[in-house]
Amino acid sequence: MQRRRTTRNFAAAAAFGLALAGMAGADPAEDTLEVTTDDGTITLTTMAPASEAVKDVFDTVYSGWHYRDPDTRDMERDDFDNPGMVFVDLGLEKWEEAIGTNGESCAGCHQGPESMAGLRAVTPRVDATTGKLMIMEDYINTCVTERMGLEKWGTTSGDMKNMLALISLQSRGQPQNVAIDGPAAEYWEKGKEIYYTRYGQLEMSCATCHEDNNGRYIRADHLSQGQLSGFPVYRLKDAGLVSAQQRFVGCVRDTRAETFKAGSDEFKALELYVASRGNGLSIEGVGVRH
Amino acid sequence: MNSQFWLASLVALAAALPAAADTAPGDVAYLDGAVAESLSGVAGDPAAGAKVMTTRSQGNCVACHQISAMPDVPFQGDIAPALDGVADRYEEAQLRGIVANAKMSFDGTFMPAFYKTTGFIRPGDDYTGKAAPEDLPPILSAQQIEDVVAYLLTLKE
Ligand code: HEC
Ligand code: HEC
Repeated sequence: MQRRRTTRNFAAAAAFGLALAGMAGADPAEDTLEVTTDDGTITLTTMAPASEAVKDVFDTVYSGWHYRDPDTRDMERDDFDNPGMVFVDLGLEKWEEAIGTNGESCAGCHQGPESMAGLRAVTPRVDATTGKLMIMEDYINTCVTERMGLEKWGTTSGDMKNMLALISLQSRGQPQNVAIDGPAAEYWEKGKEIYYTRYGQLEMSCATCHEDNNGRYIRADHLSQGQLSGFPVYRLKDAGLVSAQQRFVGCVRDTRAETFKAGSDEFKALELYVASRGNGLSIEGVGVRH
Repeated sequence: MNSQFWLASLVALAAALPAAADTAPGDVAYLDGAVAESLSGVAGDPAAGAKVMTTRSQGNCVACHQISAMPDVPFQGDIAPALDGVADRYEEAQLRGIVANAKMSFDGTFMPAFYKTTGFIRPGDDYTGKAAPEDLPPILSAQQIEDVVAYLLTLKE
């Protein structure tokens, strides 16, 4: 399985956080993301020809990694420097722990976390058995409640995000490849509608920032294409993990709007749609952003 | 407590509440996007306007626009045209209209409407993410709009 090498130094993370002031060059940086891992060096695809879903608006899609400053980009080049890896370890502890009401653990049913390889790359998806659109949080909570007899974990709780990080890392390097046809089509359409709706008192949509203005600065923030390939990401500003659902809440709140809830039908559909805009980009496992 | 202090706090109070003489957001008369009449009936203060334009929770105009006359303000955005020399390009009435509701001048623009209270999709209560109150206030008050316009009028090449 993919794991970080040793414990990371938080003081260094805080120092980098303070150093993020520099803002050079407005376009996505020309750079390559090679990551040093326990199992050697891997090269991630952080720019790719636009997928079917966005080829009428972009030629090329870029991971948000290209829009961050050099210090932040560097932190993702080595698992040893990536502060998100601490949470992967916490996820692994939980994975192995007998937390179920009858002593079940994730590992008891699934063996090692590498059994989850590939899943992150194809979710959200319409689940073949339930026929419902499922985000990773839904899969995790199905096990937590139905198979372990526990209260469900909060969508943006620490346990949930640590587990997202662990499972996401197992798909690192695989191209994001969510299905948008068949039973997914109706959810995809709904997500798309949300993406282009100008919410809130500021009347802004995802597209006004991430499609029309990516590469520009909105105050200190260098606007990316708003891709999900890095998620969950370690965010220096919050000194913690941020999931896609949580990021959506923040972005919609910033338009002076009444947000949808993390884990709501609306944001699940949005996650499917936004993920499809980045089909072809490598899953980064745990990205680093500021 | 001296009388100057009292005077200052009265002025502060007056700025927070909509003044009786204000034109309500729904009653503003736009002509080709321009608004001829002062919204508050009180002359704008350019210094106060500059403050509104650089304060995040208020106008935050510098989030999108660069203004060379404000070299001390860090992180000016580059989403929108620089405002340098804007007073040479527009009349006062046009500037008032753009600041109050830029959508009346530029169809579908990214620029938010600062003096508008209806017609939003899922309006929120400021930046809390919660639903807006029944009587959602505009982002800027009538006097703040006038102050911003007064500042913009100083931006000549
Ligand atoms: C007012 C501008 C604005 C709007 C509107 C907005 N965002 Fe963002 N978004 C940002 C900023 C600023 C960031 C942080 C810098 C970046 O990565 O672009 C961000 C980051 C993101 C990221 C993280 C990208 C990464 O690699 O870390 C995602 C995903 C995202 N936004 C999706 C959305 C979606 C979906 C919507 C609509 C529901 C939306 N945004 C609306 C400003 C906005
Ligand atoms: C979220 C982005 C944004 C914010 C915030 C914003 N604007 Fe704008 N503004 C724009 C855009 C974009 C345009 C260009 C009009 C268009 O859409 O074609 C514009 C145009 C203008 C113009 C006309 C400039 C010209 O040369 O034609 C003026 C004047 C102006 N804005 C003033 C302001 C003031 C004053 C504030 C704050 C009170 C402000 N703007 C806040 C985006 C913004």
